[in-house]
Amino acid sequence: MSTHATILAGDQETLTTDVGNPWANIAIFLMFVVVTLFFVIRASRNTKTAADFYAGGRSFSGGQNGTAIAGDYLSAASFLGVVGAIAIYGYDGFLYSIGFLVAWLIALLLVAELMRNTGKFTMADVLSFRLKQRPVRIAAATSTLFVCVFYLLAQMAGAGGLVSLLIGVDSRVGQALVITVVGALMIVYVFIGGMKGTTWVQIIKATLLIAGSLLMSVWVLALSGFNFSELLGSAAANHPDGEAVLAPGMQYGASLLTQLDFISLGVALVLGTAALPHVLIRFYTVPTARDARKSVVVAIGLIGAFYLFTLVLGYGAAALLDHDAILAAPGGQNAAAPLLAYELGGTLLLGVIAAVAFATILAVVAGLTITASASFAHDIWGQVIKKGNIDSQGEMRAGKITVVVVGVLAILGGIGAQGQNVAFLVALAFAVAASANLPTILYSLFWRGFTTRGALWSMYGGLSSAIVLIAFSPVVWGRDTSFFPNIALDIYPLTNPGLISIPLAFFLGWLGSVTAKTAEDPVKQAEMEIRSLTGVGAEEPTRH
Amino acid sequence: MTNVSAPAGGTVDYVQVQQRPEFAELRRTHRSFVFPMTALFLLWYLAYVLFAAFQPDLMAISVFGNVNVGLLLGLSQFVTTFIITGLYVWFTNKRLDPKSSVIRHELEAKGVGLPQDTAQAPAGAAPAAKEATR
Repeated sequence: MSTHATILAGDQETLTTDVGNPWANIAIFLMFVVVTLFFVIRASRNTKTAADFYAGGRSFSGGQNGTAIAGDYLSAASFLGVVGAIAIYGYDGFLYSIGFLVAWLIALLLVAELMRNTGKFTMADVLSFRLKQRPVRIAAATSTLFVCVFYLLAQMAGAGGLVSLLIGVDSRVGQALVITVVGALMIVYVFIGGMKGTTWVQIIKATLLIAGSLLMSVWVLALSGFNFSELLGSAAANHPDGEAVLAPGMQYGASLLTQLDFISLGVALVLGTAALPHVLIRFYTVPTARDARKSVVVAIGLIGAFYLFTLVLGYGAAALLDHDAILAAPGGQNAAAPLLAYELGGTLLLGVIAAVAFATILAVVAGLTITASASFAHDIWGQVIKKGNIDSQGEMRAGKITVVVVGVLAILGGIGAQGQNVAFLVALAFAVAASANLPTILYSLFWRGFTTRGALWSMYGGLSSAIVLIAFSPVVWGRDTSFFPNIALDIYPLTNPGLISIPLAFFLGWLGSVTAKTAEDPVKQAEMEIRSLTGVGAEEPTRH
Repeated sequence: MTNVSAPAGGTVDYVQVQQRPEFAELRRTHRSFVFPMTALFLLWYLAYVLFAAFQPDLMAISVFGNVNVGLLLGLSQFVTTFIITGLYVWFTNKRLDPKSSVIRHELEAKGVGLPQDTAQAPAGAAPAAKEATR
């Protein structure tokens, strides 16, 4: 089971490597920190209001934001996980990347522009627009915080193992120290630079990641005379399973359950992406809905190109590296990309790729932290507790405090989760986003008859069903990789809840709405629909 | 600042605007593209996933060299994603944006939707600034 979760989250295993030079890796990474800190400090000078802090003043261009979206979305897991999965399981690793890419069409066609036109800082702004403010905001913020925390924990726990591999720290204390450094850097970035700083970190990271994988892909293809078919041939010839790497089934073909599990994951990926809160918040960083559209177009181009590179790199690793050597490397399949870098370009390229992987984690956790902070400070503190009687400065202060609290919790959680198999949390985050958020987003944008009751049933129903299904799944009970391997309480046989929880949440949203006794305000509905489609009254960029 | 959606100034009957034929036409145009397109790509993706999960042998059939059906189908998912993205951009530029901007300009001329929490910015400059960003 844990193989697909591993792809999503990076591996928790302690990795040590005898290739490369840890000091080169550290030096290159420090250069990244210095460059990004420069941008973060520069950005902080223009961060004066809540709109600056949470939405980067809405002043990024579509191209910049699209690059930042790619930087936010392409986690270390996408890079190391997908390349490793293709190197070991062949075609089945490629299946993931397709779901990750296709999902962006939902964001493009149904979500991005309409969200930009109707919201301010968070998803809850849109969902509570024409429904009852307090209950819907609380529900939307709850689901946002769950998704962010699941994702953040998995990233932080993965960071320990990954970074330890790359800089050669493999003691438990050393890893805890590394997690603390990652968390502290993240707090500094987000606290000082807010969304502007976070965005620049993501832009720089996306550029490095895509340039690095492009370079390696061209290199790998050059070794096969730029003949992709020949590369596939060498991969099959060098892999113990031969031709099987070129077709699906090595990982999921085992039984009906593994096939259903894969389908459940595929559905959750495609429907969850456009409802991930840290993705949604990025649509508010541009001046207009047209720029939000352009952001998604640029993001689709970059993400699509990146996954094509991972296809080349995965089969390249299968062709050029010894299969058993990858598996024997501490960390297993996740080591494929770094080992390939070392095989191609020696210590220097390995150092670059290692720094890119580290930067990747930092950019993703920064994006999650600012999202959690916006959700708590703007939705819970500003709108629910203070009932909107809070000025921009007060909201920003609350946001900064939340950043520190979330950051410290992430560090402690990451250290606590060391060595635990928490990789499933990323798949769970996607499933929760697809179940708790997407139905309510789509209903409130497109269905006039949607009501507060429908929203609450759908959000809480989707959130709790996803969590309960996971709690009674093989992730927790009855398998070697479970938390309790010896107790067979796995009533739900799949490791991904999406197949049940997503349709259930759509159904509950409909049922709650048609049975609701109180009608919603038709004027608000009219206003929201007109705003969402025309952009009238959309939040303006700040001018400095 | 208390209510995110409150229009500042301007009194427009949103329900009346919503019922006007131009707006109904805008909504119909939008939905007539995004709904079928979403259904299309979701079905195409689902078909691909089901095919990969249950018919791996068909996916393994070689087309040329070491390139098989599965790889071509997978790459075609990339191609269709790029094509749909391009079609959407073309559609919004050509068909949707002209319709939506007519209604937006009209409402903004009535003073609807001027920014509320950018009071420090010169009022009245906002609609012009919005256009200038394009």
